[in-house]
Amino acid sequence: MLFYILRRLIYVIPIAFGVTVVCFSLVYIGPGDPLSSILPEDAPQEVVDRMKAEYGLDKPLPLQYVVWLGKALIGDFGTSIVTGRPVLVELGPSLVNSLILAVGGAMLGFLVGVVLGGLAGYYHGRPADRMFTALAITGVSVPHYWLAIVLVIIFSVELAILPSLGMTASGSTEFTFSAENLRHLVLPVIALSVIPAGIVTRTVRGAVAELLNMDFVEALRSKGLSEVKVLNHVAKNAAPQVLAVMGLQLGYLLGGSILIETVFAWPGTGLLLNNAIFSRDIPLLQGTILALAMIFVTLNLVVDIAQATLDPRIKR
Amino acid sequence: MTSTATTAAVVAEDAEAPAFVAVRRGYWGAVFSRLRHDPATIACAVVVMLILFAAVFAPLIAPYDPYKTNMLKRLAPVGTPGYILGTDELGRDMLTRLIYGGRVSLFTAIAPVFMALLIGGALGVVAGFVGGRVNMIIMRVMDVFYAFPSILLAIAISGALGGGVLNAVISLTLIFMPPICRVAETVTTQVRNLDFVAAARATPASTFRILRVHVLGNVLGPVLIYASSLVSVSIIIASGLSFLGLGVSPPEADWGLMLNTLRQSIYVAPLNAALPGVMIFITGMCFNLMSDGLRTAMDVKL
Repeated sequence: MLFYILRRLIYVIPIAFGVTVVCFSLVYIGPGDPLSSILPEDAPQEVVDRMKAEYGLDKPLPLQYVVWLGKALIGDFGTSIVTGRPVLVELGPSLVNSLILAVGGAMLGFLVGVVLGGLAGYYHGRPADRMFTALAITGVSVPHYWLAIVLVIIFSVELAILPSLGMTASGSTEFTFSAENLRHLVLPVIALSVIPAGIVTRTVRGAVAELLNMDFVEALRSKGLSEVKVLNHVAKNAAPQVLAVMGLQLGYLLGGSILIETVFAWPGTGLLLNNAIFSRDIPLLQGTILALAMIFVTLNLVVDIAQATLDPRIKR
Repeated sequence: MTSTATTAAVVAEDAEAPAFVAVRRGYWGAVFSRLRHDPATIACAVVVMLILFAAVFAPLIAPYDPYKTNMLKRLAPVGTPGYILGTDELGRDMLTRLIYGGRVSLFTAIAPVFMALLIGGALGVVAGFVGGRVNMIIMRVMDVFYAFPSILLAIAISGALGGGVLNAVISLTLIFMPPICRVAETVTTQVRNLDFVAAARATPASTFRILRVHVLGNVLGPVLIYASSLVSVSIIIASGLSFLGLGVSPPEADWGLMLNTLRQSIYVAPLNAALPGVMIFITGMCFNLMSDGLRTAMDVKL
């Protein structure tokens, strides 16, 4: 087991290295250089040169990369070009805000997915199965940002019972738990949960239906075990696979919430990315993407190790 | 004939086990016979065809000029005489805009999957067929792209490249390449180790011929099916990019950008504001169901 964890950890190193290369190259695939957004077009050459030296942009690319990587490793993602504040300072609170949304969406999605998928798998081929499978397909096919708008139209515009924008009633960008603030969570969390709900439904349905067909279930039933206990066995066997899918989905939600955050003006990483893109704030863009990708890589690692620990059938 | 059709109908009912239908007619005969008895797939194909047709022949079908604004008729509700789906925030006919919007939306949904299929598929087949170090290099590079949530990577690349349809297509191609490559590599590796490939190697057949006849013949089906399942994802992400302002630039519009600009009008004309999303939803859903139906009919397991 320890050997498996070690091998998996070593395997992550080249991936993480590749991720940093991709993030770093983001600067150079775009038009113009990173300074063009803050310097006026007619800036004198010596000013441009001085700024370039200040940001280290006059060095050769590989050197720039090494310097950038070295700083990133100790948590220094550079300075936001637009606000002039360290990227990490901008990133921290946004990351927390996005995490609140992602965890909420993931929990709701998993809950719905496990219930619907379990029922669909148990009643495999029956009307309930068809209905929940159709719901699952709808869940993964619906553009979630559109669903968010529809939710706003129904619950904020027509019924006027839930807030349509922002994270807190006071407009503060720091989330505190209160009844009023929880109301702000409802719509974005529902909109985010449909994709994981659909995917988890499919996974759970497949796993449960397959397991119920296996000989050991037959054996358990024929020795007179109650249906609840049989299902307990099935759940134990399905758990590792389902947990793996859930873990991945949490990562996708964290990275994919940008569209939902845009609809609800939620002050998370999505909004940060949006600002970074449209003001061409490259250090902020690089830092945000790198942080999100690293979280995703770590999550994958944790999921793999957890799955191997839970499931003795996985080869180590 | 009748008996085959009935069997096909019965078997098509059970989507999980359609393996032994109409063996007499060969593989493609069986596939078509299964498809014929799958009304959901046919219905989806018809809807997709209609939307494609409308997009291609937009100038002939659309009732108005998509760019002609009319400030007096801003945000006319759905069902207004002459403007069956209402008008947008600049008084342009919604039906016309939706028909024209389908051009860019469908292009940015299908083109990236097609490009990714060509490049990613080729890389995967090479990786699987050659194996060894080539395989390792190609697949490790793909693994790096797997380390990003796909929407995030698409937005990052599009954001860095700057907006525009072409850049959106490039970024989407990059995110669909790795999964297609992985599927192609897995299937190719399986096929490569089968006895008939070893037998073909023993004959004077050239490597190219073995690749073309034995490998491609067996790899193409699963890879195509897999790629087709990506189109529905592609249309959602492509429209999402456009929704963020990273796609077409106004006054041209696709469904994503229309959804974005009409968002300001949800208090005045909520139905109009929701319409572009309905198009994205229907199209994505139909592509998804079509791909599922095709997978069942072709009996491909991924």
